[in-house]
Formats: sequence, C-alpha cells, structure tokens
Amino acid sequence: MSIESTTPRLDDLVVGAVVAEASFPLTRDSLVRYAGASGDFNPIHYRDDVAVSVGLPGVLAHGMFTMGLAVQPVVDWAGDPGRIVDYQVRFTRPVLVDPVAGAVVTVVAKVGAIDADAGIARIDLTVSFNEVTVLGKAQVRVRLAAAPLSDA
Amino acid sequence: MSVNPELQGRVFPPVASYLVGREKVREFSRAVFATNPINHDPEAARAAGYADVVAPPTFAVVVQEATLAQLLAEPDAGIDFSRVVHGDQRFSFSRPIVAGDLLTATLTVASVKSLGGHSMVTAESRVVDAAGAHVVTATSTLVVRGDE
Repeated sequence: MSIESTTPRLDDLVVGAVVAEASFPLTRDSLVRYAGASGDFNPIHYRDDVAVSVGLPGVLAHGMFTMGLAVQPVVDWAGDPGRIVDYQVRFTRPVLVDPVAGAVVTVVAKVGAIDADAGIARIDLTVSFNEVTVLGKAQVRVRLAAAPLSDA
Repeated sequence: MSVNPELQGRVFPPVASYLVGREKVREFSRAVFATNPINHDPEAARAAGYADVVAPPTFAVVVQEATLAQLLAEPDAGIDFSRVVHGDQRFSFSRPIVAGDLLTATLTVASVKSLGGHSMVTAESRVVDAAGAHVVTATSTLVVRGDE
C-alpha cells in the first residue's frame, strides 16, 4: 500500500458525504497563543473588562482564529496543506470563550461540489459553537488528483 | 463620519515586504492546531515537493494585515476602526506560502457599498513573491457601522 493511496481522489467523492469531523476545545490560553502567532492583539480577545466596555458579553475568539482552525480537518483529510487553493467564510456569530470552561468549536466537512475538469472539490464546512453555526458560506476548494499516481 | 465612496478602485502603494520565517510558520501552525508534518518538518515538506515548511492557509492574514492597517489609516477614508466588524474573508491561492518566501502585498479597494446605514468595504490584497509571481489574494469585507 503506497502513501498516495491514502490521499483522497476526486473520482471517489460523493456530493453530500462527510469527509472530516473534529472538535476543538478552546481556552483563554488558546486565544493568547493565537494573538501572539497572528499579531492580532485586540484586547477584546483576552480582557473581559475591555470586551464588556464595548458592549460584548465577554471575551471572544478572533474570527480569523475560528477560520484558521476550521480548515484543519480538511487539510488532514487532503494530506497536504498545499492542496487548499481557495478558502472563504462569513463571520456570522461570535465564539464566547469562558475563562474557566472555555468553548468547544465543532467542524463537519462535507463534499459540496466536484469540478472534475478543474480537478477541484468544494468542501463545505459547518462550524458550530453551542450548537449554532458561527461561520456562514464556509467553503474550501481542494485540488485533488482524479486517479492515483501509480495508475498513471 | 461615513466611508468615503471615492475609495472604490483606489490602489495603495505596496507595503514593506514580509520574509516568511520557519519558526513563525511553526508558531502559527501550533496556534491553529495544524498538525500536518508538512507544516512543521522541513524534511517532510521537501518530501512533498516544497522548499521548506508550508504555512497553514490562513497564515496569509499575517501578510495581509499591514495592508488593512494602511487602509484604516488613510486620512480621507472615513473608516472609524471602533465601528469596524470583519464580515467576510477569502484567500485564493496560486500556490501555498512556504518558509523563505519574501512576499509583497498591494491593496486595492474593490468596492464601497452602502447598506441600511452601514458601509461595506471590500479590500483585496494581492500578494506576490520575490519574482513578482502571484501567491495569494486575500479579500476582506469590512462592515462599518453607521452613526447611531
């Protein structure tokens, strides 16, 4: 069994099929780590007093953090981060991260469409927190081979 | 103050180039739970055909950020940062970002629209490598809330 045989192939995909699922437990530490890694130090992502002063119910995860982790189950499924050719989301609801309990973000990735000519699969993400979706129109376009390399 | 509609179509000067460091890619990868060896291990990345570790898709926002700062600081833009909400985000890649890349981003305001007292500003940051070849376009739609 070759390594290539574990890489998904366009031919094998079925629209509507779930290709990946994951859940991500977040803590305030996760937010501080993302702030440092990304350079986004907006204090609404780590200070309750600042978050409340601007009318928020509490500290929120960075939208870009939620976007960044939500694509990872698709990367793991595709086997190579370089296969992601396009990724878009709409930020629809916040992820509130409790200082003690944290927050759990869940991701379900389904095949949305297959473009055989372009060699691209569109994977649609359902990204939820507390059982409501937090990202809208979350779509990942993944470049995949039609057949395994060993068949070529 | 409202968003200046004449921003639409404006092209900003390129921002200072960004040199993608291997440890920064690893740090960002850990932060977004990217565990693929191609994100962390240069040997695994080379085996997959890359010159060095590959950045997670949304790492492009780190390169884009300076262009958005440029937009928000534009004197006649009329964008009050305290009223800005990030509406949409998209990354369209010609190739992934790899450690060692020297990237330069240039922002164009694709559109300015009014919607029920709010403004929607769509900013496209085109990122090219040292050879001038396109790597990724990062597109953000910012919603600027109107006066209450």
